[in-house]
Amino acid sequence: MKFDTSGLESAAPVWGAPSELVDGFSAAPSFEVPNTTDFDGFQKEAIQMVKPAKGTTTLAFIFKEGVIVAADSRASMGGYISSQSVKKIIEINPYMLGTMAGGAADCQFWHRNLGIKCRLHELANKRRISVTGASKLLANILYSYRGMGLSVGTMIAGWDETGPGLYYVDSEGGRLKGMRFSVGSGSPYAYGVLDNGYRYDMSVEEAAELARRAIYHATFRDGASGGVASVYFVGPSGWKKLSGDDVGELHYQYYPVMPSTVEQEMVEAAGA
Amino acid sequence: MECVFGLVGNDFAVVAADTSAVHSILVHKSNEDKIMILDSHKLVAASGEPGDRVQFTEYIQKNVALYQFRNGIPLTTAAAANFTRGELATALRKNPYSVNILLAGYDKETGPSLYYIDYIATLHKVDKGAFGYGSYFSLSMMDRHYHSGMTVEEAIDLVDKCITEIRSRLVVAPPNFVIKIVDKDGAREYAWRESVKDAAAASA
Repeated sequence: MKFDTSGLESAAPVWGAPSELVDGFSAAPSFEVPNTTDFDGFQKEAIQMVKPAKGTTTLAFIFKEGVIVAADSRASMGGYISSQSVKKIIEINPYMLGTMAGGAADCQFWHRNLGIKCRLHELANKRRISVTGASKLLANILYSYRGMGLSVGTMIAGWDETGPGLYYVDSEGGRLKGMRFSVGSGSPYAYGVLDNGYRYDMSVEEAAELARRAIYHATFRDGASGGVASVYFVGPSGWKKLSGDDVGELHYQYYPVMPSTVEQEMVEAAGA
Repeated sequence: MECVFGLVGNDFAVVAADTSAVHSILVHKSNEDKIMILDSHKLVAASGEPGDRVQFTEYIQKNVALYQFRNGIPLTTAAAANFTRGELATALRKNPYSVNILLAGYDKETGPSLYYIDYIATLHKVDKGAFGYGSYFSLSMMDRHYHSGMTVEEAIDLVDKCITEIRSRLVVAPPNFVIKIVDKDGAREYAWRESVKDAAAASA
């Protein structure tokens, strides 16, 4: 339906005095309206268009030595793979990492914004912000934009005075503290491998291998996940990237091709 | 689906809530505490959308604390319940909160009380109440076995009966529950009923 804006046009002043003061008073208050045919429905349409199904696999877990954070690197637009080399683990500051699931722009922008707020906190309070505080800052910001079409499913992982911290924060306003999380379309697959292989006292290498394996299995089954499995470790002295392996190569590492014995060789058919 | 229920006993009120944080088919967490200690003698058991639940109950908690700082005297349970309902009602036609609340409290003068506040700002003072799919099972259990002036043992027994019924009859039943109690000595955690333990899980 065509939106009728005639009621918002400002009435012409009766006396055309050129002074600025009078002009300010005479114009009726009006605002810009979106230039669209379907004024009532277009917002919902915009949100549906922007809201991807979080095609990714990210995971993070706390263990004895610290926090492991891992993610794939595929970006998909429906059935098209737009990139196999997206950085889904965002470095907020030298001791805090964020993962990206949902809208790439939303995640990148708001993580960068969070990094700024964390630095401001450091300058104002002369001490680093805790993971609890940082995740609460992000959750409050996302909550205030609730219903406006942001798509963010992130985990904030870091090391602060109280030790390792891990929070799950999403654009619906939810915030959960936990020991293990996986987010994205491939997360159910990753959870299975992660839950089964998890022990609190693992070494850093064992934990990294568990994370890598979980990401690999998720990329194997989920079409929207793939590319490179990156694994990061967050310890007392900050984060460190441990590995970035192409999942195709990981497949042949875990399941090498065995030459199989041939039972019967084919022979050419005699005559035609 | 989230299950929250509660009842009033002899000199106390008890509320129970499930502890699973769910996102479509995934259980993100099975030890999420959904019963907030509002102040020394009040409990808020909330169920609803994840962001709204935490943000709204924290908002109420901070405002109740502010009242106490400003006036040197805590709010009664009835006053807190009416304040909560008022906030839900004000937001209802603009930016509604999807939270259902059971507010349990103990006042020195009036004793224990339980208030049923739903997401469209309904307010009722009740002896027993429940929200969620679990209410289909817990309400009739409570109607059958409840009587006024129950002891703590009898009330916890009834709560356990409800939890058992929910676990056996609800198709996607939450495995774990938390029970909190409020009486003249204050609001505190009473027990957890866990049938699935998170491996080395941190408490919320």
